[in-house]
Amino acid sequence: MAKLKVPVGQADHVLGEEDAPVTLVEYGDYECPHCGHAHPIINAVRKHFGKQLRFVFRNFPLTEIHPHAEMAAEAAEFAGANGRFWEMHDAIFENQQRLEASFLVQLAGKLGLPSDDLIGALEKHQYLPRIKDDFMGGVRSGVNGTPTFFINGERYEGSWEFEGLVEAIEDRLPRKTEHRRAS
Amino acid sequence: MARILAPGTLAPDFTLPVTADQSLSLRDLRGQPVVLAFYPADWSPVCGDQMALYNEIHPEFQKYKAEVVGISVDGVWCHAAFARDRHLHFPLLSDFEPKGAVAKAYGAYREKEGVCERALFVIDEEGVIFWSYCSPIAVNPGADGILEALENLKEKRQSHGQVESARRAS
Repeated sequence: MAKLKVPVGQADHVLGEEDAPVTLVEYGDYECPHCGHAHPIINAVRKHFGKQLRFVFRNFPLTEIHPHAEMAAEAAEFAGANGRFWEMHDAIFENQQRLEASFLVQLAGKLGLPSDDLIGALEKHQYLPRIKDDFMGGVRSGVNGTPTFFINGERYEGSWEFEGLVEAIEDRLPRKTEHRRAS
Repeated sequence: MARILAPGTLAPDFTLPVTADQSLSLRDLRGQPVVLAFYPADWSPVCGDQMALYNEIHPEFQKYKAEVVGISVDGVWCHAAFARDRHLHFPLLSDFEPKGAVAKAYGAYREKEGVCERALFVIDEEGVIFWSYCSPIAVNPGADGILEALENLKEKRQSHGQVESARRAS
């Protein structure tokens, strides 16, 4: 039940090297307060592990309880299509309380993205199919709420605080492999 | 944990109130897959997430022509307020009087607490339980098990259909 069914691929938003020994996948919702809480923690964890950690973010907006989550995800995908996904991702999480369309458009402008194009993309729901794909892939992997994390393809059930995540990731670092090689 | 009814068992029929003046019977849903989601209570944080998730996946359930119903021992007015607050697109049934009778028939009642287990049933078109799962009470069971069961049910039906048409052709 607790395995990541959709492997990390070309379509994903990825931070870090492909050959990093540990991959952390988050299924998140831009309007979810727990995801907002986890956001700076994830950044700190990434900094802590450097090249040893690869981070992937996938969309899991619970639109009926978070009315702005889907639009925010669409805006992030728009930024992604213009090569600025992570800047938009950070900006959205840092401004979770004000995710109305006008604000998202303003953010796009600040990042130097064509805001008129964003308005068009939001009106047409241009990036919605991709978000739905992320969502259904998450459902198939047993994601039942946000945030849900997978570490090297296995669901992580522990704490989302810095210490818990660091410990779980350290456990999967390959020092044991080296040990075996030496013996 | 209660022992819930196993696959292959005929799903006990029931009629429960959906609203103050409407009720729903399981037999009315014959001919399509039915997902019964027993859960302990409206408003408790985990259930909220569970029902919110089924709400999001509702279009996916509809691809399988499956009807989803939530069942708890909460009263109809409580369900109405909860469904309105969470914008739920599927019915919540009230197993309120006699309390938990339907949950008991499915082996999904917790006597000590007086609430339903967090138990899931996928019932086939003929009213037979195809898949069932009882989750630890504090754990949202997600929807992967349900979707997998619906997929397997569809495949079973298709291969059965092929066997039938082959038999007729021969």
